[in-house]
Amino acid sequence: MVNIKINGIACSAPEGSTILEAARLVGIRIPTLCYLKDINAIGACRICVVEVKGARSLVAACVYPISEGMEIQTNTPKIVKSRRTTLELVLSNHRKDCLSCVRSGSCELQALCNEYGVNEYAYEGENPVIVVDDSSLHMVRDNSKCILCRRCTAVCAKTQVIGVIGANDRGFATQIGSAFDMPLSETACVSCGQCTAVCPTGALTEKDDTQKVLDAIADPDKFVVVQAAPAVRASLGEAFGYPIGTNVEGKMIAALRRLGFDKVFDTNFSADLTIMEESAEFLDRMNNGGVLPMITSCSPGWIRYCENYFPEFIPNLSTCKSPQQMFGAIVKTYYAQKLGKKPEDIVSVSVMPCTAKKFEINREDENAAGVPDLDISITTRELARLIKKSGIMFTDLPDEVCDSPLGTGSGAGVIFGATGGVMEAALRTAVWTLTGKPDSTPIEFTEVRGTEGLKEATYNVAGTEVKVAVVSGLAQAKKLLKRIKSGEANYQFIEIMGCPGGCVNGGGQIIQPAYVRNFMDIGKERAKVLYGIDKANALRFSHENPDVKALYDEFLGEPNSHKAHEVLHTSYKAQKLYK
Amino acid sequence: MVLEKSSVPFFGTAEQKKRLMAVISEHKDEKGALMPILQKAQDIYGYLPIEVQQIIADEMDIPLEKVYGVVTFYAQFSTHPKGRYRISVCLGTACYVKGSGDIFNRLVERLGINGGEITPDGKFSLDACRCIGACGLAPVMTINDDVYGRLTVDDVDRILDKYN
Repeated sequence: MVNIKINGIACSAPEGSTILEAARLVGIRIPTLCYLKDINAIGACRICVVEVKGARSLVAACVYPISEGMEIQTNTPKIVKSRRTTLELVLSNHRKDCLSCVRSGSCELQALCNEYGVNEYAYEGENPVIVVDDSSLHMVRDNSKCILCRRCTAVCAKTQVIGVIGANDRGFATQIGSAFDMPLSETACVSCGQCTAVCPTGALTEKDDTQKVLDAIADPDKFVVVQAAPAVRASLGEAFGYPIGTNVEGKMIAALRRLGFDKVFDTNFSADLTIMEESAEFLDRMNNGGVLPMITSCSPGWIRYCENYFPEFIPNLSTCKSPQQMFGAIVKTYYAQKLGKKPEDIVSVSVMPCTAKKFEINREDENAAGVPDLDISITTRELARLIKKSGIMFTDLPDEVCDSPLGTGSGAGVIFGATGGVMEAALRTAVWTLTGKPDSTPIEFTEVRGTEGLKEATYNVAGTEVKVAVVSGLAQAKKLLKRIKSGEANYQFIEIMGCPGGCVNGGGQIIQPAYVRNFMDIGKERAKVLYGIDKANALRFSHENPDVKALYDEFLGEPNSHKAHEVLHTSYKAQKLYK
Repeated sequence: MVLEKSSVPFFGTAEQKKRLMAVISEHKDEKGALMPILQKAQDIYGYLPIEVQQIIADEMDIPLEKVYGVVTFYAQFSTHPKGRYRISVCLGTACYVKGSGDIFNRLVERLGINGGEITPDGKFSLDACRCIGACGLAPVMTINDDVYGRLTVDDVDRILDKYN
């Protein structure tokens, strides 16, 4: 431990801590803009400046390490003046449509200006005319609100090893953009949306599809159904003042009903369906010499990455559609028949923790009924926006349950939202199928749980050794795929999720400011919600889901049947975009 | 998909590519290899079009955007080829106070290109430079190895006509 004094108070902090971290230990939040723990530590924005006794000038607390006997001041008039000036200058070149900006209220720049009493009139910057890039299906880039903190480029290049956006040009002309300033849609961007989740301002936002939802609901000729993904219920509450890690499933369902959807269903149902298909596909590959390792296909960000960066692994991808798409396909085939409606008259909406799902609904070979499986995909953030603008008092809502028949999900389905969850759910059903002994099948496969980037385990299933790996975040995926390619590693079954920690940390989840993210593993807290729901559920196995059983009895036949392939499976294509 | 990144099409030869690959494999594993590779690539091709940057990105296993970010950061790198007649206008202090900004603007207007670019026929390229040590002749521009001094805006048209 290192002994220091912060604002005259003696304290100690672990060696190697930065001033920012040490101050937090004694309850002082030093403001930051560019700093993101483990992702971006460049000391560029100068908001976190503090005074260190003996230092020549103010130092950046986010990167300055503490040393024995150091005396630090975090709030002197000199510091406050410096921070104010920095904010005034940042603001001078920022397009200030704060009244209607979707990040109003969650904007870190706005919050700091408010704290420091900085108004927008101090300086008038050059404010060059900026072309907004809305070329991609999932997000909008508006550099007129960019403060050049580089959190987005760091998460893109380091966490996701994509790096399709970066800083171009230099000095005052510096802009975040793609190579040759091409639109994002022409690059190999995987649509993961992690950049939108770390942007401190409104420069990077999900493409807002809330109006499409409202229009569909208002159309008397349309039957509008909605599904919500497992991870949404673990984050949505954050937008309404609940602590991170609160399960708001019941209120979420109640809110969806009050928004006017004709039926409120649960993606947990189609997560179970995915397990039926995926575990059957896996066993088929194992028994009949199919391509192994088989890799999961639930994460559209990962699929896009594979198609662009590792097309040689396309034969390894499970042909199963993602739960979102399976749900859509069942709604427009089986459920439409049940309702006696034409698929064209149904509008199928999903609420997802994910921005890549907006891309996924437009993929080829995702139209079981001859029309797109899904019509609109909104993120957790957009659902929160819809609830607020519709005047729904979320915290006052009762807990409700989903409609039948597509509203039942097992505990295996709900853990899809956390890294390792799909693997665990698949193992539960695969082991049960192989051993044929439901009583001795373990329910919890704890080796594949947890937020580490890579998890490995070997299971002995009915005399067969099954080696599995679970990775999340594309940097981890790249490392693993390279090891497989070189022959260093070998598995039979792999789960890959595009976002670090899985869907709970998806690019469409409620945004938490850096000062929260830097000191808490938000993905871990949200994942606890899902494992809690699993544990409390009477159904722990996908194949025990009565609605899923009925679906096979009445419509699909067996898992991996011809019919199931027509409706629930898809295909992939190598892509050659700029990367 | 082909993006039109330069008004002049790229004509790289197999020989140039061979040299580039040799340069990349020579530097690849060094720390900070991108700068020397880019400098030598520009020596080989005369400029750094998207085709060349993509080869470098692929071979180094880094994003194209990272290469482009470095190329646009340094003034020494050009993403446009140079013309048969390379026009360079001094915007150093002495020339600038003597009106070289107007000369430059006239060239932009007359050629229909901005600084760093090339005319579609590949004939003229235009660049701004800093002091070339001929302050006594300010304002100054050079076309290839010819130096033109004490310029007025009207001189620009007359001089350009000589190259037609």
